[in-house]
Amino acid sequence: MLPKDQLTVVIKEKFPDSFLEITDFRDMLTIHIRGEQVLDLLRTLKTDPRFAFNFLADITAVDHLEMDAPARFAVVYHLLNQHEVRRIVVRAWVDEEHPSLPSVYPLWKTADWQEREVYDLFGIEFTGHPDLRRIMTPDDFQHHPLRKDYPLQGRGERSNFPVVKRRIGSKWQEDKSVQ
Amino acid sequence: MGVERSGGIGWLSTTVDAFANWARKNSLWPMPFGTACCGIEFMSVLASRHDMARFGAEAIRFSPRQSDLLLVAGRIPIKMMPVLTRIYEQMPEPKWIIAMGACASSGGVFDTYSVVQGIDNFLPVDVYIPGCPPRPEAILDALIKIQKLIKRDSLGHYKPPVEETAT
Repeated sequence: MLPKDQLTVVIKEKFPDSFLEITDFRDMLTIHIRGEQVLDLLRTLKTDPRFAFNFLADITAVDHLEMDAPARFAVVYHLLNQHEVRRIVVRAWVDEEHPSLPSVYPLWKTADWQEREVYDLFGIEFTGHPDLRRIMTPDDFQHHPLRKDYPLQGRGERSNFPVVKRRIGSKWQEDKSVQ
Repeated sequence: MGVERSGGIGWLSTTVDAFANWARKNSLWPMPFGTACCGIEFMSVLASRHDMARFGAEAIRFSPRQSDLLLVAGRIPIKMMPVLTRIYEQMPEPKWIIAMGACASSGGVFDTYSVVQGIDNFLPVDVYIPGCPPRPEAILDALIKIQKLIKRDSLGHYKPPVEETAT
């Protein structure tokens, strides 16, 4: 694994258009990149023997609504090199209008459900995903609830069910004296 | 009920109501719908220390078609609410519902888009148990309250279900 300054040179050379920066927090390197080339970057990180990050540990996303950030959404990939036990983070920035990323399912099959979760909760589409359906909320759910502009108490989803009444009248419905 | 004796033959004189209620209230078959920590707490009510069998309700059935007391223990998310409704509708009459704990009764601390704010919005709950989770004694108290409700019931109050037409 290369140190930060050398890694910056290598990545910047390979992705001059979309590379943003590399940040360092407590020896954890984070590569910031524009969303279009994230699949190429992750393929490089996986197949290049200098990196060899063979395991995709997690995909998640962050909504930077009204924050100082390159774009609204950041999709975060956590990679692990199982031979050297090293980790790296890739943040792919996507804009608010029609957020879309190339799917990394061709690289790691585990991205299937991870990307479905990001799609369900943040509404970021992954082009090339084999089966992009909602995974946590009900199938007929309309919104993407982890977005910051979605109200915490929802938009009426929790009160939208048929009411079941007692089919057979019982005495205690009218009798208030029973305790 | 009174026991009368005539010529060595025992008699029981009672009303149909009293007999049916006596049978029903002492042989409740609960269906626990445990979705959270309240479901774990409910297990201790069945165990020997608190022993719900003392009140005739030890026959736990996980099939709604064999039970007459639905005990909702835990928070109900919006994805689970249609399931719970369907389970309640599968239970044969007469049937009763206990909402156990803060979450089933009111949503508890989970005031979010995905948690139903009290199952009584959609189902006819008979007894609520406060607590997070409730003590086993509170669950036994709720069971006794259900028994009191059954005791005051009458077969004459039951009317055949009305066929609902779709509008």
